[in-house]
Amino acid sequence: MKRGAAARSLLAMLTNSLDAAVAQRNGAPSEDTNLTRRDAPPGEPVIVIEALRKRYGDREAVRGIDLEVRGGEIFAFLGPNGAGKTTTVEILEGFRRASAGRVEVLGVDPWRAPSAWRERIGIVLQESEAEPGLTVRECVELYAGYYRAPRDVEQTLALVALGDQQQVRASALSGGQRRRLDVALALIGDPELIFLDEPTTGFDPSARRAAWEVIAGLRALGKTVFLTTHYMEEAERLADRIAVIVAGEIVAQGTPQTLGDRQLTRTRITFVPPRGTCVADLPAVLAEHGELDVGGQIVLSSARVADDLHALTGWALERGLDLEDLEVRHPTLEDVYLSLTAENQSLPMTNNNLRS
Amino acid sequence: MPAPSPAARGALVLLAHQVRYDVLASLRNPRARFFTFFFPILLLVIFTGVFGNGMTRIDGVRVKLSHFYVPGILAMSIVLAAYAGLVVSIATLRETGVLKRRRATPAPPALLIAGQALATVLIVVVMATILLTIGKLLYGVGMAPAALAALACTSVVGALTFACLGYAVSGVIGSPDSAQPIVQATTMPLWFISGVFIPTANLGGTLRTVGEFFPVQHLAAGLQLAAVHDTFASAISVSDLLMLAAWGIAAAAFAAWRFSWLPSTATA
Repeated sequence: MKRGAAARSLLAMLTNSLDAAVAQRNGAPSEDTNLTRRDAPPGEPVIVIEALRKRYGDREAVRGIDLEVRGGEIFAFLGPNGAGKTTTVEILEGFRRASAGRVEVLGVDPWRAPSAWRERIGIVLQESEAEPGLTVRECVELYAGYYRAPRDVEQTLALVALGDQQQVRASALSGGQRRRLDVALALIGDPELIFLDEPTTGFDPSARRAAWEVIAGLRALGKTVFLTTHYMEEAERLADRIAVIVAGEIVAQGTPQTLGDRQLTRTRITFVPPRGTCVADLPAVLAEHGELDVGGQIVLSSARVADDLHALTGWALERGLDLEDLEVRHPTLEDVYLSLTAENQSLPMTNNNLRS
Repeated sequence: MPAPSPAARGALVLLAHQVRYDVLASLRNPRARFFTFFFPILLLVIFTGVFGNGMTRIDGVRVKLSHFYVPGILAMSIVLAAYAGLVVSIATLRETGVLKRRRATPAPPALLIAGQALATVLIVVVMATILLTIGKLLYGVGMAPAALAALACTSVVGALTFACLGYAVSGVIGSPDSAQPIVQATTMPLWFISGVFIPTANLGGTLRTVGEFFPVQHLAAGLQLAAVHDTFASAISVSDLLMLAAWGIAAAAFAAWRFSWLPSTATA
């Protein structure tokens, strides 16, 4: 219940202080809320990856990937465990050196980046615990000291809705609160680019929703966000663009609407055939793209959903039949993702113990 | 207008900033409080209580064993604070991702490490003051100001040496769980053969030679000079300091080669 209030106060703060900035960037007075996807043209490239490869011994974890992330967008990087996600992110963060290829983050090769470059990025790690022994406020003050021009400590704590927990030992926070503290530590230097590595793994649904609002709020702050996640819903809600990595290769890139040609995929209309009928009994326009699946249901793959439904229900009404279990379903992002990863799972790398 | 941040005010201010929080974290850690503060005091009271009135020789001077135990236990407390404390805390910080997160900030890595080493030195200074005060008040082990200055020098060199050793050993430890046993295994035998629990004069030749190879013996022997001599020159042992420094430099070189900011699972 605290989280809901927290997220609201965050939103209020963002809305008040940043409407002006958002409006300015969008080139028009901003009527819409901060959480809707921007229609403004994307900014300058913030991350550029060309033909990136990373070998560990004789295993190749990343096998020649190309990516571009532009200023102000939330970019989601998806892939199964061991696909090369974390390796790629660690190269972008300057923790690992690329074996081959070109990587530029904010115009600099992260491996050779000077410490001033780190003033401009913020990192929320997948697994990191609180600073031992310190209170929430002390943690944020410690990190604020590392940056030349940090954000205000009080305001940043309010931003992640930990204003009331300032004097609590960081190690005593709940999982969701600790993750928000991580976000505060990543934000305290007022970075332009933020890496979020599986920020909601292990969260309950309400904590996840609260975290999404915080992340969506980062967009409103004008930040570029590079997000890795397992959750399709998370990518769908937050991301402007998505790339899927499987076995060290990018297998698809696009917006949540177009990933894996999702927009071109036909809608599936399924129902249990009324007693004594089969596909051939359907009107000709339907019968030609219908089939009986293994579960005994008729599946129509439909390009014109309204027309086909009209024909189908008209046909049933005419005969006084019922259409049991009628379902109309466009493939979800998860369907697309599962088919993308399944298609590519047969590649050799996936059974190795490489970290994602 | 807010005050400029420590990073904006220069490396020294940032170093002081880091030291402050590292000291705070150590003082709030129950394990560190026990091993660094309580445990040495306990041992000092037990050893001096049981054996304190016996006699021994330090650097040829015949003194009561209490004069041997006060600097000896101080040596142990330096090793516990610097070496044992850092091995456990660095291994824990690394495996829980805290080091990686700190490394992701613009703070220079050398400064993050120096901050921890300096925090250790500060804690050693506090601990030395407590042990020497107890020694003076309860057991009448006093030291001349010049001898105290020599003892301070040896203590700081010792603290830095064992901090380097702590960094070196933490680099080869996979999990925080194995840190504590490794610390015990590498220190416990040395307490007995390095003139901390038992005067080296009471040891057989082989054990004494083994003890002299390791740095604990040189720290203890260096500190014990201050209990029997009154001048700086006679209370400091250049050869022991050099031996400590050699271990420290070797450990620092090893740590520089082997030290990792990333959790060990991430390299799999």
